[in-house]
Amino acid sequence: MRFQGSGWIAEWVEGLGRLTLLARETFMSLFTFKVAWCDLLYQIYFVGVRSQSVVLITGAFTGMVLGAQTYFQFHKVKMDTATLAVVSVSMCSELGPVLTGLMVAGRVGAAFAAELGTMRVTEQIDALRTLATHPVDYLVVPRLVSLYIALPLLTAESIAIGIGAGYVVGVFLLGIDPAYLWYYMLKYTGDSDLAIGLIKSFVFGGIVAMISCYKGLNCGEGAEGVGRATTEAVVYSSITVLITNFFLTLALGKVFNKL
Amino acid sequence: MIEVRDLKKSFGSHTVLEGVTFQIKKGESVVIIGRSGGGKSVLLKHLIGLLKPDQGQVLIEGENIVPMSERELLHVRHKFGMLFQSAALFDSLNVFENVSFAFRRDRSLPEGEIEKKVNEVLELVDLEGTQMKKPSELSGGMRKRVGLARAIIYEPEIVLYDEPTTGLDPIVSDSIDKLIIRVRDRLDVTTVVVTHDMRSAQRIGQRIIMLHERKVYATGTPAEIFGSTDPIIRQFVDGISNPKDHLF
Repeated sequence: MRFQGSGWIAEWVEGLGRLTLLARETFMSLFTFKVAWCDLLYQIYFVGVRSQSVVLITGAFTGMVLGAQTYFQFHKVKMDTATLAVVSVSMCSELGPVLTGLMVAGRVGAAFAAELGTMRVTEQIDALRTLATHPVDYLVVPRLVSLYIALPLLTAESIAIGIGAGYVVGVFLLGIDPAYLWYYMLKYTGDSDLAIGLIKSFVFGGIVAMISCYKGLNCGEGAEGVGRATTEAVVYSSITVLITNFFLTLALGKVFNKL
Repeated sequence: MIEVRDLKKSFGSHTVLEGVTFQIKKGESVVIIGRSGGGKSVLLKHLIGLLKPDQGQVLIEGENIVPMSERELLHVRHKFGMLFQSAALFDSLNVFENVSFAFRRDRSLPEGEIEKKVNEVLELVDLEGTQMKKPSELSGGMRKRVGLARAIIYEPEIVLYDEPTTGLDPIVSDSIDKLIIRVRDRLDVTTVVVTHDMRSAQRIGQRIIMLHERKVYATGTPAEIFGSTDPIIRQFVDGISNPKDHLF
């Protein structure tokens, strides 16, 4: 059934409906399909191992910049030793999951959409269907599971490297006392901050996987269609991650009694 | 075995099929001919449930597949093998992995048995020794042969061919025609071929269905179709264009 109406709102609502149906099909398949370990391991390798450099560089330089900027402000009120605490809490609950989610949306989301889009325009997805294989089982589920596993791990890595880089900048570049710096960081960073970051990254993994796979599976004809699907996958994933982050911050803040 | 009743399909405002009706018996070899863009491939995709019609029924062994969900269709598709116009090989997998795909997915056979079956079917399509090659290393004709091997390895009851000789030179086309006949005779399958290659149609088909103006225009044996005096059939069979179709 086609949504009756015209303009981008109708298209947007129709797309949202299709994405919801794909998500329903995927989650139903998630609990019933036979795991193809080989495909799953390859996807985890592709998403996790091959994203290392991007995530490490992003995490490190974000931690360093945040450390420097915090120091510039805190130094005025003689709170230098609280610098790493700010870096740590920010990296754990906001910057770690969001920046890792955005970087993975750019690298992995684009690859998913381009690969699935190319398979669609070259009839490989139709070929899968004729071989009695559901495209969701074979293509979407391993990608979703791999992001669910890899993104929290990448986020934890990004957080750790960000805090480490902030520490290096604080101690060796800005001359802050290392003992107090470390002490206040441990004092003000709670388990809940880390939990919030990891929960967010888990949700972002689902968002990137579903939007990218949806865009790939529903791409237009030819090279132009694949190109557009790839761009849209990255743009929509990134925007959705940023918007969702705000609501998750409020919701998780309530859950962990931060409001 | 296959029955199509009053099938209608449009893409936007463009109507492709308008009330197509025909039957194909078990073991029969049917060729669907018609002009390019006339809805032949669209019709073929309806037979295996890759497309949903706007109206009408597609019955496979008496079972209407139109209202079935994608998951319900998976069971029906075990009866089918399909060779695509572009072969549609999985380009990230080698020949062995492509051909053995169906068995490796449902894990119904041990690895040794799968290897044996792949070797047998590659021998049938004259492609022994290509197991480790990637699709990008194969010629157009070889790709179609691998596509056919993948379609017939699990011994389906019905094999669908979407323009199997398009884009191939006459010698390779001839070998593909012979291969289709060999597969039909050796595996005793129902064969449905969509083509506008008249030589292939004459050689492969026991019956020819001609689509024209979105409907079944004629149906008959190759002798009846090729001997017809109907101007539309003659024009298509002889390959004569209308003056208004001239580009220059």
